[in-house]
Amino acid sequence: MVAGERRRERLDRGLKVRTESLYALSSWREMAYLLTPRLLLIVGLLMLPLVLSMYWQRVLCSAGIYALLALGFDFLAQYVGLVCLGGAFFIGAGGYISGALNAYLGWPPALTIPIATVAGALISTLVLLPCLRLRGIYFAIVSFMFPLLAVFIIVALNVFRGTEGISALDTFPNIWVEQYLILGVVVFSLFAMRRLVNEDIGLIMRGIRDNDQAVRASGINITTYKTKAVFIASLMGCFGGAYLSHLYGWLGISLFAMDFSILPIAATVLGGMGTLVGPVLGAFILTPMSEALRGFGQLRVVLYCLILIGFIVYKPEGLMNYLQRKYHQFEHWEEV
Amino acid sequence: MNGEVILRVRGVRKSFGGVHAISDMSLDLAGGEILGVIGPNGSGKTTLVNIITGFVKPDSGEVFFRDKRITGLQAHQIADLGVTRTFQIMRPYHSLSAFKNLIVPLNSPRVRRTRGGRLGDRDAVAIDILEEIGFERDAYVPYKTASSLPLGYLKRLELARCIALRPEIIICDEIFSGLSMAEIVTMVPLMEKLQIEGITIMMIEHRLRELFRLANRAIVMNFGEKLAEGTPEEVMGNDKVREAYLGTEAA
Repeated sequence: MVAGERRRERLDRGLKVRTESLYALSSWREMAYLLTPRLLLIVGLLMLPLVLSMYWQRVLCSAGIYALLALGFDFLAQYVGLVCLGGAFFIGAGGYISGALNAYLGWPPALTIPIATVAGALISTLVLLPCLRLRGIYFAIVSFMFPLLAVFIIVALNVFRGTEGISALDTFPNIWVEQYLILGVVVFSLFAMRRLVNEDIGLIMRGIRDNDQAVRASGINITTYKTKAVFIASLMGCFGGAYLSHLYGWLGISLFAMDFSILPIAATVLGGMGTLVGPVLGAFILTPMSEALRGFGQLRVVLYCLILIGFIVYKPEGLMNYLQRKYHQFEHWEEV
Repeated sequence: MNGEVILRVRGVRKSFGGVHAISDMSLDLAGGEILGVIGPNGSGKTTLVNIITGFVKPDSGEVFFRDKRITGLQAHQIADLGVTRTFQIMRPYHSLSAFKNLIVPLNSPRVRRTRGGRLGDRDAVAIDILEEIGFERDAYVPYKTASSLPLGYLKRLELARCIALRPEIIICDEIFSGLSMAEIVTMVPLMEKLQIEGITIMMIEHRLRELFRLANRAIVMNFGEKLAEGTPEEVMGNDKVREAYLGTEAA
């Protein structure tokens, strides 16, 4: 036998087993085990604005938007089985609705953002509704098309001032509102989604992901649940769009930019698919990174790709799956 | 057995690109009986199940459930009426634990209706159903993810998913295939119990010995047509059946 042939053995920590049941409440040790990672994330995110400079605070805001998109992408792909590449459509729909309401009717952001979130999600869901019968790559391709289609329509019909866009929309009163609004929504959405996927409705959606025919055989209309899932994901995306248009006080066809469809996927790969929290972290890592690499000019994209490829090749499970494993399990090498 | 016909299949035809999977099929299913459907590979048995349960649309012909025409209804609508099926190739929800696999059907409109609004403790109901079909209670098995369960449990899980719906008809597509003798021995009383509870069962099966212990009546299919029908003894005595199904050596 070749010397040094070993395999890694993994074992759940006793603490993890206990905290999966009511025993979690039995002592501070168990409670701390559960609470530490969660508090670390929440406090960490909420502390960020206090330590960053003005420039990076702005980056943080857009990272929050990408985090919402990544969260929605991960949810749809890993918990419903819909690979949705139409993130840019959510941003565009939300952004144009809130921007237009603000520019034409003069409504304040406090009103336009909630309206645009819901109305944009309704429109996005209606648009995607005919494609919900498609599965896998077919849904991905069709959903990728919609942002492009929207741009062509806006340019061709010259609505909302066409390629120029509308500027001088109302912005937020100060940088603190900007940051804490998006961070608050990100944290809230994250925990809401984690809750949702373990509720009955979430279990049905995961059932659809695993085996849609079996769900149909159980007398459940899968289109209804796919529609609900798309609506939930587009709520987050459309909020991001509405927020974005007021963040920059501007709306235009670049709200439908490819970045909004692609970067969330990269963030999901980096952060760990199916973990929900991973994609959020991924977005908060990737967005600043792509900013920091701006100094490299054209090389930026190359470096950016190298980092991504590196992750896909060497850590395909993603950051969060790796961290969760380290946190929950003992690992040791065993001679074979 | 009350003998009243609850499911009628009339003149169903289906072809997949030039291949006649079912060329002309009619059958009656009486309330409370166990009907066995047998036939060589490729004789159209699974296609028949797919047509009855709405997963495949027939080219012509009709299916009636309690005098209601169900051809053309969506699969989930037919399941909602109480006509459920298992799949020959098991379709569990791999990433969910065994008992959470049952939370899905327990949330179906049919169960909400028949159980009256909100379910109580769904987890307990799910574990009860699993115990009923032979998952050991408290043995960690119900809490294992479906992807880690052995074949025998997955077959039971298929059946459990049907039972959770409180159906009127369960159509089992080769539920015994791939199981060991010992596993089948424990499945047989389970099917008998379901029959006593008033559920009508149609079994597509290759394991004739076990099937004929259960079935009140049998239908033999060959090349998408009904070759023979009758009690298991009558069917097996039929020369055409022996020739088509068992091969000439057996004759």
